[in-house]
Amino acid sequence: MGGTAAVEAVDLVKHFGTNRAVDGVSFVVPEGTVLGLLGPNGAGKTTLVRMLTTLSVPTSGTGRVAGFDVVTQPNEVRRSMGLTGQAATVDEILTGAENLRLVGALYGLPRAYVRDATERLLDRFDLTDAADRMAKTYSGGMRRRLDLAVSLLAAPPILFLDEPTTGLDPKSRSGLWAVLRELVDEGTTLLLTTQYLEEADQLADEIVVVDKGKVIAAGTPTQLKDEAGRASVVITLTHARDLAAAADLVRAHSPEVHVDRTGRRVTARAGGLGDMTRIAAAFEASGIELDDLGLARPSLDDVFLHLTGHRAEDAEDTEEAEPGPITEGAAP
Amino acid sequence: MTTLPTTRATRAPLVRPPLSPPSLARAASTIVWRNLLHIRRMPEMLLDVTVQSVMFVLLFAYVFGGAIAVAGSDYREFLLPGIMVQTMVFSSAVVATGLTNDLQKGIVDRFRSLPIPRSAVLVGRSISSLIHSSIGVAVMGLTGLLIGWRIRNGVVDGVLAFLLLLLFGFAVIWLGIWVGSIMRTVEAVQGFMFTVMFPLTFVANTFAPTESMPTWLRFVAEWNPISAVTQACRELWGNGLPAPADAAWPLQHAVPVSVGWSLLLTAVFAPLAVSAFRRRSRD
Repeated sequence: MGGTAAVEAVDLVKHFGTNRAVDGVSFVVPEGTVLGLLGPNGAGKTTLVRMLTTLSVPTSGTGRVAGFDVVTQPNEVRRSMGLTGQAATVDEILTGAENLRLVGALYGLPRAYVRDATERLLDRFDLTDAADRMAKTYSGGMRRRLDLAVSLLAAPPILFLDEPTTGLDPKSRSGLWAVLRELVDEGTTLLLTTQYLEEADQLADEIVVVDKGKVIAAGTPTQLKDEAGRASVVITLTHARDLAAAADLVRAHSPEVHVDRTGRRVTARAGGLGDMTRIAAAFEASGIELDDLGLARPSLDDVFLHLTGHRAEDAEDTEEAEPGPITEGAAP
Repeated sequence: MTTLPTTRATRAPLVRPPLSPPSLARAASTIVWRNLLHIRRMPEMLLDVTVQSVMFVLLFAYVFGGAIAVAGSDYREFLLPGIMVQTMVFSSAVVATGLTNDLQKGIVDRFRSLPIPRSAVLVGRSISSLIHSSIGVAVMGLTGLLIGWRIRNGVVDGVLAFLLLLLFGFAVIWLGIWVGSIMRTVEAVQGFMFTVMFPLTFVANTFAPTESMPTWLRFVAEWNPISAVTQACRELWGNGLPAPADAAWPLQHAVPVSVGWSLLLTAVFAPLAVSAFRRRSRD
């Protein structure tokens, strides 16, 4: 079975009037792998997922899920996949358990199976205590978990997740990642969209970067980060007058050095932890006073800046969940 | 995410059982179950067809009624069929707000991502709206019995009138689905439906006889489908006299004309509604 395509997009196009939301996108997700669709708001990620899950009819191009055509065999496609949409689409008036029962009945699953699966899914997603409460009393994280549980009820071999962790706090986010990894271990194929490079990095075997409806890069997370520029060492000085001396000092260790006068910062491309330690030692010896010295990994913004020359116009309302550039002591 | 001790059984992956995608009847009845659960959880959803309608009955029976002269009948006998038709017409607003709400919240997308017949969402929604309105009609009937309204023409005609009400309700539901599919928010739907429904149900023979209206208005009122259905119910239930000799043609043949209006409205609005819903849920 290995090697066959679970999901396939061939030159998919979707126009809304004059807006080319998706403008010729192709990719393949092999069975049992995870594809991350990475891009800023408005890149066309959601539209792509809607076309592949039969919710939206493509203007042109072909989509196949489990080998079935999304336009001509929508029912076969719906039987093969689960979808967790961007807004958690649970019924707020029903309880958690009733939401599962509703979808179980609509799938045509046997009652005994639904009862057993409901219990197990609620347990798995930490919702057993809330099972008989209306979903409108749930927190954002609980709704997402319920939404995911509902998508998993029929144990679909392929799962689509549209920005599964947007708006979640870091703890809920890593909890969700752990569940998704378990699913992958069990053999589920995942296609997930995200605005966060870190998330794609954590979960995906392959990343497709989309911007303005087009694929602008594709590859493994490592390939993409290499392309976007490796890690850099960021040095913040205590006194602006030391900038020139600091830059000279760093140049001995790095081929590419950038000086930011207003921020009293020197940024140097670095290979990793080794470079950072050498640069730190050199400053220690020079006697130049520092406020901060750290290693920064490329963020989604850096990938975008590199690939498109413009910044990712990111959501302003999801700041709490934005991992951003991470300053850390470990080499990538 | 969890450090709670979990048994091995709950951690074992789910094994997919054979799927037997539901028939239209089963999918629609599941959606009806879900919609009725909403009503049970939020009984205030029924206010529009219960408290509000009872209030109408009392207002018209006791406040305005004394000033409205009805030939050959007690005003309360005359009023009840009119109020029941109005309740039925309001089911179009019920279906429209319910549908828009589900579209807005992504519930329709969730349903559409499942292997169910495409029409199940609309069929389920229509049936639950008819049940919603029928509860209203039942409440009206009981209120009517309390204040002196009676079915005077026997069981068959009595039941026939209720069936006619349901048929007309089914017809106006398509109008509701059409409006619900076009409009973006629940507030817009409510605003629109009530601006349209109130004049429509008042410029008719529902609350007052048409004979005293200015000629042009009387013409409009008597050709209003709501008047034919109201007149048909009055005749079948034996509430009041037949339409006056100078009334417009539809009122002279109220029962067949009501059936005709219902079929015509369905023929006009059903295709509009289905295509608007499809368009809304294609993108």
